[in-house]
Amino acid sequence: MAERGQRTARPFLEGMRDGIPIALGYFAVAFSLGIAAKNAGLDAWQAFVASALNLASAGEFAGFSAIAANAGYLEVATVTLITNARYFLMGASLAQRFSPDESTLNRIGVGYGITDEIFGIAIARPVPLVPAYSYGAIAISMPAWATGTALGVIAGNALPANVVAALSVSLFGMFLAIIMPEARRNRVVLACVAAGFAASFVFSRLVPATAAWTPGTRTIVLTLVIAGIAALVAPVDDEPMADGEVASDDR
Amino acid sequence: MIDRVWASIFVMAAVTIAIRVIPVTLMRKPVKNRFIRSFLTYVPYVTLAVMTFPAIVESAGTPLAGYAALVVGIVLAWLGAGLPVVAAACSIVAFVLALL
Repeated sequence: MAERGQRTARPFLEGMRDGIPIALGYFAVAFSLGIAAKNAGLDAWQAFVASALNLASAGEFAGFSAIAANAGYLEVATVTLITNARYFLMGASLAQRFSPDESTLNRIGVGYGITDEIFGIAIARPVPLVPAYSYGAIAISMPAWATGTALGVIAGNALPANVVAALSVSLFGMFLAIIMPEARRNRVVLACVAAGFAASFVFSRLVPATAAWTPGTRTIVLTLVIAGIAALVAPVDDEPMADGEVASDDR
Repeated sequence: MIDRVWASIFVMAAVTIAIRVIPVTLMRKPVKNRFIRSFLTYVPYVTLAVMTFPAIVESAGTPLAGYAALVVGIVLAWLGAGLPVVAAACSIVAFVLALL
């Protein structure tokens, strides 16, 4: 039993250590997400629960926007599905890295904690994946994320409007930090990003018929169309996903 | 009657958790279909791009502040600055320029 404890305790602590910078970043960004949650009508407790269960910046932001727009549950579910679709791909990649006899419970536990950053540090570890490492990273970053969101709801009130506006911008900075490095490496991704910017501007500002769409509808339609065209025109290399090759096939 | 906000939160959570847990538990083999793999590869980047612009301009205090934050964020992220750095720089640029 002592041996087993050793095997679990050490990766858990390493996961916590690697999770510290992630938690700090999450806390700051979650605060601005909390401001969006407040605008959608969530109280601090609801924002905490939403963040603890979803662990997703863009997905939660899209969901909150849908709630703010009085969207139906189907639209809430669809925007959440689209904005979090990348986790499906990450999950598919992680699935290959477990020991074949890893328990289903551990797969669920690690799967729950897949975020861009936690996935990123997990695939940098040797195979097979040790669930305790992911648990360590989740244990420190999830509370930071959920608490930051709740505090954003509470303190967003107390802050001057120009500070709130500046903090809201940080969430978009986080999105840029996720997409631009890959856009630099991969020209198709760069084209996808440019097309996304352009189409989003045209649809929300220039075309009266689509300017009335909710942000969620716009996100869904443009994502399906642009990513669909990109997949047809420039399919990824025809080989099964290798280790850590989620959306990072350099070309 | 269930509160609409709570219900929406649980809808979001159910979808998100399913997206994460289904592949990890059920898909023990790689995705074979090339179109689906390609589509899933590009989806996150398109989605985040669509959500970022022009929303970043609208959320900043003024258009100038918004566009400046966008440009600074793109350049820093392109150069490889980390997530907290990019997020903080966008905030600071937007805050300072909105004061003008």
